[in-house]
Amino acid sequence: MSTPCKRISYAELRSRFKDGMSILFGGFMAVGTPDGIVRDLLDSGVKDLTIIGNDTATPDSGIGILIANRRVRKVISSHIGTNPETGRQMIAGEIEVELVPQGTLAERIRCGGAGLGGVLTPTGVGTIVEEGKTKLSFDGIEYLVERPIRADMAILKAYRADEKGNLTYQRAARNFNPLMALAADYVVAETDEIVNAGDIDPELVMTPGILVNALILCGEK
Amino acid sequence: MDAKNLIACRVAQEMKNGDVVNLGIGLPTLIPDYLPEDVHITLQSENGFLGLGPLLGEPIPNLVNAGGKPCGMVPGTAFFDSAMSFAIIRGGHVDVTVLGGLQVDQEGNLANWMVPGKMVPGMGGAMDLVTGAKNVIVAMEHATKDGGAKILKRCSLPLTAARKVRSIVTELAVFRFIDGQLVLAEIAPGVTLEDIRARTEAEFVVSPQCCEMKLPK
Repeated sequence: MSTPCKRISYAELRSRFKDGMSILFGGFMAVGTPDGIVRDLLDSGVKDLTIIGNDTATPDSGIGILIANRRVRKVISSHIGTNPETGRQMIAGEIEVELVPQGTLAERIRCGGAGLGGVLTPTGVGTIVEEGKTKLSFDGIEYLVERPIRADMAILKAYRADEKGNLTYQRAARNFNPLMALAADYVVAETDEIVNAGDIDPELVMTPGILVNALILCGEK
Repeated sequence: MDAKNLIACRVAQEMKNGDVVNLGIGLPTLIPDYLPEDVHITLQSENGFLGLGPLLGEPIPNLVNAGGKPCGMVPGTAFFDSAMSFAIIRGGHVDVTVLGGLQVDQEGNLANWMVPGKMVPGMGGAMDLVTGAKNVIVAMEHATKDGGAKILKRCSLPLTAARKVRSIVTELAVFRFIDGQLVLAEIAPGVTLEDIRARTEAEFVVSPQCCEMKLPK
């Protein structure tokens, strides 16, 4: 007996968008960000989003278009410098920005999906990043306790998926995507291609299909 | 040779054959052009690969450097996710990281990620790199555009990491941190010790082996 294909349409996904929801988005400077889903978030009119991902790209690429169009209430990110609109809205008090060291962001998301209560990292000790955080010392080294991150939805960009949701990514587009696949209540991947179960070499699967709720074929209406 | 290329050229001489190296954006990206012929390094890109190379020909889909710009990859490149990328960085598997600096102080503290109220781009991967790399080299022009000191007694800007800098390379000098002390190790051709003192706020000692900056012939 075969399981049904996880493929859905952008319209089916849209019914899950809600004002105020939190979204983990894959990508590094828009490489590995599902542009079609981001565009559909924009077109849907959804607002007051909390978005969590490495950077806010540029005002006209990747996740950046949601900021430029004022759909975002809060950003959790390691870098906003390439999108002047994020900085402008932050300084004007229009959005909240939490800056997190990139490696810490990766581990917090991994913890959120791996059943861990947090991670101990030396990154940020002695800097403003440590403000308000618990510090622990082991073997003479100080660590910050960094807490997990989860979200209502994760939006991923895959290169090839099979109908069961097993994913592969291409080159530098992998980045945060596999971590985010674990850390959201609903996980959707936009993919360049959907193949039959068995057509991806099991040795090469990068994200197991059970983590993925739905697939959208890139550019499909 | 202008200041930036001189700095890049000097930093390149610090690399050892086989080093795994992460280069910050801007000036550090000039360094591969000046590597000695017998020194081959592997470049780590924090967005998730080892094997960064120059772009040869047309851009390759889904292949950018940590500045988001199209780049190349060398034979034997490996791609991975961001948790692996930062395990490599934080876990001490990167031999050298070279970053720019806004300020460095005599304690080895580095500030290079924000100017409160003016420029708040975020730290990106810099805090993890400076915390985890075995050797942290700050490559920067010696003074600000209006002549102000950048090598200070104490950083006034928010820190990237505390007491992690191992060397500072500027167009005037090379400094090392040795036993908790800032030590002047090399002076650029045509520059005097007085020039360096005039442009450096930090207290430093002059190495007994202090010499002219080591540049290729």
